[in-house]
Amino acid sequence: MKIIVCVKQVPDTSGKVAVNPDGTLDRASMLTIINPDDKNAIEAALKLKDETGCRVTAVTMGPPPAEGMLRELIAMGCDDAVLISGREFGGSDTFATSQIIAAGINAIGLEEDDIVFCGRQAIDGDTAQVGPQIAEKLDIPQISYAADIKVEGKKVTVKRMLEDGYMTVETQTPCLITCIKELNEPRYMSVAGIVGAYSKPMDVMDYPRLKDDPLIEVDTIGLAGSPTNILTSFTPPQKGAGMMLEGADKATCEQLAGILVKKHII
Amino acid sequence: MSEFKNTVLEDFKNVWVFCEQRQGVLMPTDFELISEGRKLADELGVKLCGLLLGDKVEHLAKDLAGYGADEIIVCEHPLLKDYTTDAYAKVICDTVVEMKPEALLVGATNIGRDLAPRCAARLHTGLCADCTHLDVEMSTYKDFLRENSTLPEARIENVGTAMVLGKPHDVSKDLKMTRPAFGGHLMASIICPRFRPCMATVRPGVLKKAPFDQARADAVVITKPEVKLCECELKTKVLEVVKESRKLVDLTGAEVIVSVGRGISKDVEGGIKLAHELADVLGGVVGSSRACVDSGWITADHQVGQTGKTVRPRIYIALGISGAIQHKAGMSDSECIIAVNKNDSAPIFEVADYGIVGDLFKVVPLMIEEFKAAIANK
Repeated sequence: MKIIVCVKQVPDTSGKVAVNPDGTLDRASMLTIINPDDKNAIEAALKLKDETGCRVTAVTMGPPPAEGMLRELIAMGCDDAVLISGREFGGSDTFATSQIIAAGINAIGLEEDDIVFCGRQAIDGDTAQVGPQIAEKLDIPQISYAADIKVEGKKVTVKRMLEDGYMTVETQTPCLITCIKELNEPRYMSVAGIVGAYSKPMDVMDYPRLKDDPLIEVDTIGLAGSPTNILTSFTPPQKGAGMMLEGADKATCEQLAGILVKKHII
Repeated sequence: MSEFKNTVLEDFKNVWVFCEQRQGVLMPTDFELISEGRKLADELGVKLCGLLLGDKVEHLAKDLAGYGADEIIVCEHPLLKDYTTDAYAKVICDTVVEMKPEALLVGATNIGRDLAPRCAARLHTGLCADCTHLDVEMSTYKDFLRENSTLPEARIENVGTAMVLGKPHDVSKDLKMTRPAFGGHLMASIICPRFRPCMATVRPGVLKKAPFDQARADAVVITKPEVKLCECELKTKVLEVVKESRKLVDLTGAEVIVSVGRGISKDVEGGIKLAHELADVLGGVVGSSRACVDSGWITADHQVGQTGKTVRPRIYIALGISGAIQHKAGMSDSECIIAVNKNDSAPIFEVADYGIVGDLFKVVPLMIEEFKAAIANK
């Protein structure tokens, strides 16, 4: 058994976010991090590695600097990593991205008892679409929103969260599972892991390497292969300034209550 | 599937809404989507159809039609009783291939966001995730931009043409799907100009539900296509479905929400108790910021914001919430926002209608007293 974990390097949108005058994100001025849900996917894979000794491979698609993130994941305990990178892949929407990553997974080789893990969604796009779309392209079953995962031989049982409870779902390997933060607490890099991170193999898959996979066609990857286009992007306006009330005492609260009654709000 | 040609756009007609049910009960999102779908179908001059999957669910069709659907396509099969990705994706894709809708809307629930990408990948079409606004008609789209963006008027006037594969494309007949990205810092309008059906998942609680129309409900047309499904094709099995017995707070349906943030850290229990007392005075419920959920102070069903619930109550009171953009993304459409925070430069004051700078533990008891008195004296 081996586990392939799909990860993404994302701008840290929880901190200060810079927007260019033309309404695009000023990525250069922002820190990049490992997408939070993907860390839970990595942890889930490493837990299975602790139990079974299986191999764990981290896969990402992104520009060459994403290698730094993959080295961090190796330092956490992954055995090796694959960086899918190429100009031809740029501008891909979720459909085109899933075609490319699925082709990368085909190149690694998905066997009968393998599992693919993804994070639920990335904090830059928040789409949650790439995981299920990779599963479709690989023609394997998917279980999303996993809060608990049990693997016994080829049988996989997952607690899948719903808004109003959960369902327990069973499937067989090979399959794809998307992970949420309730699943586990991601571990830190170990000192030994950091020391060894640069001696572990890192495979770079570019367009010439993947182009013979039937999933990789001119009209299924990159900007041309993306069924969706961005028509406009814009920043929302700030709401007009409200009223700051003087003080923070009984009189202030009395004034507020008075206004709300007068305006029929309470 | 391989025979399916979805680049001949004229072959595709009508707007469809996937109507999700769980244990035979329709989801509130269905009514929001049918109401919105009615508007879009009218703008396109086509029919609005609901797509309902399940086991013995035909009786739900009238409830859906009353919100604006002309037709409900009912797919019934014992294997559709509980949701599984493979059974639902197969039946939906089969029906789409056969009946060729031009647009398919799906609620962005945990089930919708599992199902829609799988279908879009199989149908080779575009899917826009978690939309908060939809338009076809150009004039209403431009008005939407005027009100909700900082784009200059000259740019808005010229928004009708997009470059698609290097050629100018007229977007006046395209569904324009608007959604937040980068945690709400940016908004983007997406089109799917080359393939059909154009697909979108739509965030629950954002679109307005129309009034129920009994005449429409009674006039519903029910279509039942043949469902071809065999257990042998299904690779996943649902062992059990568990409704959490804990009573979840209904944030999206609440008229008044009193939310707590990191500001309660010095006395978490006391802070939450105060929020409940204030909420009780106004007949509301308690919400929270992500920080409180992540710290384990309150359960996730209380969370308002980008990764929690989107709410727009009549009154939203933010106690000790700094107002990260992710939080504001989930509550800034509330009718009246009141914020209490110790820090006078907290971003929450940018969206607040009324702000008080002070310690919530001192201010809230006074607010409770004054609100009670004001309501009693009305």
